[in-house]
Amino acid sequence: MERVLTKNFDLPDSHALAVYEKTGGYASLKKALSMTPAQIIDEVKNSGLRGRGGAGFPAGMKWSFVPQNTGKPIYLCVNADEGEPGTFKDRAILEKDPHRMIEGVLISSYAIGAKTAYVYIRGEFDLALRRLESAVREAYAKGYAGKNILGSNFSCDVFVHRGAGAYICGEETALLNSLEGNRGYPRIKPPFPAVEGLFKSPTVVNNVETLAAVPYIIEHGAAGYKKIGTEKSPGTKLFSVSGPVMKPGIYEVEMGYPMRKFLHEDCGWMKPGKILKAVIPGGSSMPVLTAQEVEEVNLDYESIASKGSLLGSGGMIVIDDSVCMVWALENLAHFYSHESCGQCSPCREGTGWSYKILKRLLHNEGKPGDIELLLDIGQKMAGKTICVLADSLSMPIASYIGKFRDEFEAHARRECTRCRHY
Amino acid sequence: MKADKFNDASEKEIQELLSHYPTKQAALLPVLWVAEREFGWISPEVMELVAKRLEISPAHVYGVATFYTMYQKEPPAKYHVQVCQTLPCAMAGCDKVIAQLEDRLGIKAGSITKDKRFKLSTVECLASCGTAPAMRVNDTYYENLTEAEIDRLLSEFNK
Repeated sequence: MERVLTKNFDLPDSHALAVYEKTGGYASLKKALSMTPAQIIDEVKNSGLRGRGGAGFPAGMKWSFVPQNTGKPIYLCVNADEGEPGTFKDRAILEKDPHRMIEGVLISSYAIGAKTAYVYIRGEFDLALRRLESAVREAYAKGYAGKNILGSNFSCDVFVHRGAGAYICGEETALLNSLEGNRGYPRIKPPFPAVEGLFKSPTVVNNVETLAAVPYIIEHGAAGYKKIGTEKSPGTKLFSVSGPVMKPGIYEVEMGYPMRKFLHEDCGWMKPGKILKAVIPGGSSMPVLTAQEVEEVNLDYESIASKGSLLGSGGMIVIDDSVCMVWALENLAHFYSHESCGQCSPCREGTGWSYKILKRLLHNEGKPGDIELLLDIGQKMAGKTICVLADSLSMPIASYIGKFRDEFEAHARRECTRCRHY
Repeated sequence: MKADKFNDASEKEIQELLSHYPTKQAALLPVLWVAEREFGWISPEVMELVAKRLEISPAHVYGVATFYTMYQKEPPAKYHVQVCQTLPCAMAGCDKVIAQLEDRLGIKAGSITKDKRFKLSTVECLASCGTAPAMRVNDTYYENLTEAEIDRLLSEFNK
């Protein structure tokens, strides 16, 4: 399989410029500068590259929304604020191949007309931050970033901007507000960032993995990229696998690959004594798949959507039969209620209330009607807020109760056989 | 605690940071990191200093410093032990990690030891899900934790 993103991961000092250049790095930037920005946008559009942060929105189409004649500066923001539980693939790219992302950043900036790119990175990512800052310095020193890149008329600065502990800043408009020096509050859309983003100027926000795919697309063309994957989900995706499988970790997978085969062959199946119960395919916000559904689904946007879940970030959390789904949902409810920015009442109150109910259910102190109340709160907070954090808890609530209702009813009767210490 | 000006190293860094943004306010999060490195924590005096330096209101700085969990709003311990408690780490047994640390340190999560050597916190997803359970101590990750490894680390930190 073609390693679009992880080609250099196993090389010693893979994060160093010398290694990246030795393996052909920055040749795509050179090629891109001989194309026009419009040609690059077309190439990326035709490649079918979809945003890898979670939404899967076509990258080239997002770029084409940027108005070129406003007189305002245009910005590129890299969303390196990876915080979706179960997801650690951007961290891997930043630690092992930051130059691939930087090259993608520079090509993309050239394409959209940006002269400044900010990389908003998780405050906790100590090693990734050091390697990224070092890689940026190396890029400037070699003339890949800064003024008159590779002797062209294109100049672009790349600035690293460190976050400070807020999941919500992974939401693109909260990221922009945070970058402007505010609390991480999402903004209402429209206006969309492409039209009015950072400092009221046209801004494209792209995920780390999305940008890391751009050099390959420039090198091999849209046609080369489309050879991989499926028609509606071209290319490859990085999956972050966690849970009691033999080989958890980062995997680059061709879109369309069967999940059953992936778990059995690539991940080595379950650890001894562990029985597969469920898989969250794309980060904790996504509906869960039962073991049966895992058998029937392929790793691409469409196939997972057909089972009522989402590919999302590709944060694949494998759940075994010893795990109580009430316990799991309570853990997530704590997460989302803690991370809610608090702007919107349905989210702020709904996530907090959901956590309170799940906590008492889990501790065998549930009240009659708690399960229906949870479902009702989930429904009432979804779709009524500035961003989708509330929906990110609503989906698990509906999905876990929908597919594992017996476990919730067992807790309501104070009879869970999995929870020994409540 | 006095925080009436930044030292030369901090001031140099702040000037570099200010050149990255079209507004002074946009440098706020990075400048708070500079301030925490120099003063150890973001005290009310530090908030006032940052506000003055960036020509924004202390109330705004307070609002930002308190929104983001990583900025320390109390005098720091020597070692800040941050244990991830989100789902994949929970499935991998972070409750045992927390229980072990509470036992060895003699404090509950969310507290600081009397000698100010250790602060124990629970944090949300550190993106170490495939190498769970995991914790971060100051600015280093420790992953694939075992009981023996945690005890070994604590004896290192207690030297």
